[in-house]
Amino acid sequence: MKEMTALKDPMVPAPFRIERVRKELSDTFTIDLVSAERRRAFSFLPGQFNMLYVFGVGEIPISISGDPADPETIVHTTRAVGSVTNAMWKLGAGQTIGVRGPFGTSWPVEKAEGLDVVIVTGGIGLAPLRPAIYQIMSNRAAYGNVCILYGARTPEDILFRKELEKWRGQFDLQVDVTVDYATGRWAGRVGVVTKLIGRGGFDPHQTVALVCGPEIMMRFAVEALAERGVPNERIYVSLERNMKCGIGFCGHCQLGGDFVCKDGPVFGFDKIAHKFAIQEL
Amino acid sequence: MVQEIGLDQLIREHPFFEGLDDATLELIAGCAANERFDAGQYVFREGQPADKFYMVRHGSVALEVRAPGRDSIVLQTCDDGDVMGWSWLVPPFRWKWDARATRLSRLVSFDAICLRGKLDADPALGYAMYKRFVRVIAERLANARLQMLDLYGAGKE
Repeated sequence: MKEMTALKDPMVPAPFRIERVRKELSDTFTIDLVSAERRRAFSFLPGQFNMLYVFGVGEIPISISGDPADPETIVHTTRAVGSVTNAMWKLGAGQTIGVRGPFGTSWPVEKAEGLDVVIVTGGIGLAPLRPAIYQIMSNRAAYGNVCILYGARTPEDILFRKELEKWRGQFDLQVDVTVDYATGRWAGRVGVVTKLIGRGGFDPHQTVALVCGPEIMMRFAVEALAERGVPNERIYVSLERNMKCGIGFCGHCQLGGDFVCKDGPVFGFDKIAHKFAIQEL
Repeated sequence: MVQEIGLDQLIREHPFFEGLDDATLELIAGCAANERFDAGQYVFREGQPADKFYMVRHGSVALEVRAPGRDSIVLQTCDDGDVMGWSWLVPPFRWKWDARATRLSRLVSFDAICLRGKLDADPALGYAMYKRFVRVIAERLANARLQMLDLYGAGKE
């Protein structure tokens, strides 16, 4: 497994310079960061997250959405939904923010070698999976069929649309996109993303499934994967909870006996299937 | 040499018809026909008599509703392998929505008038077919509810 570069003191943010902020969707942006100290490269595993600190406003967890093979630039994609993310979007190139991380568990990209891979994702959930897609594509021959099944709210809300179109144009990838709402101008699929699972080109008995999106979507996706015959121990989900410290000290993100920041965010579904059924968690 | 799959075989192999006996499959195949729709062409229109149901062989059909002064709203698309249309089972047997091919689509249509009479006359056959349609209807209802939830709407920090 690749070594990851954790920051020296996990509670002290390191200064990172904003290289670029770009709008992805009406409410979603991507921010590229480089180390302000330029002392070392930053490496991470697909699925991990950083705590990003907008000085004077606050700190939030955001999944890394860039290429793990690029140690220079850390890329995060997020929605502007609160005070920190809205303040972050207003920052410009050259300004500094604090970074703690990388934290958490990763997608089992290496463990999936030799198997088919099906990626089921919806909305902003594509962002934490993009590093896994990059890594799989950089070592494409090591995998069987690879399917990306993506659902968005409307055609205008399709994240990383150009990249999805590029991937779809490749001979060695199945990319299927569906939206929940559309007008007659949209020529693609309309319907829930879980419907795509039934027609995905993968062998359920030889497949690793990576699932990320709103929790309700994930519940139904897991059900559809099970119906196809994918066993729980080869289904992985990424959970989102109220992560604060990032290292399992504060307990804000506790999920039963687990801390999502430390034991997750990526969990083997067989490890948490029973928790999915508990409404209070 | 190009080998075409006959309607008979197609129906036998489709999961929707799985479990039906040979005589029933033969009966259903007797009510079936191939149809082709170009992109933009309507398979049926809202309010028209629902005298058929369909299986999508290849292509994509949008079920949509017209709205004056604006673009039509697509409720869902039916794609390869999907069974489409149950208004033929429910009085007054008229389509609730428009169905428009979004690209060249090849469908198998089933003559519902012929089938309806047979289902009425043979309760066992009627039950077997209703069971299959209830499954399609339940799946569509569950999917429609998920779509209504607006799952990808804005979250919070």
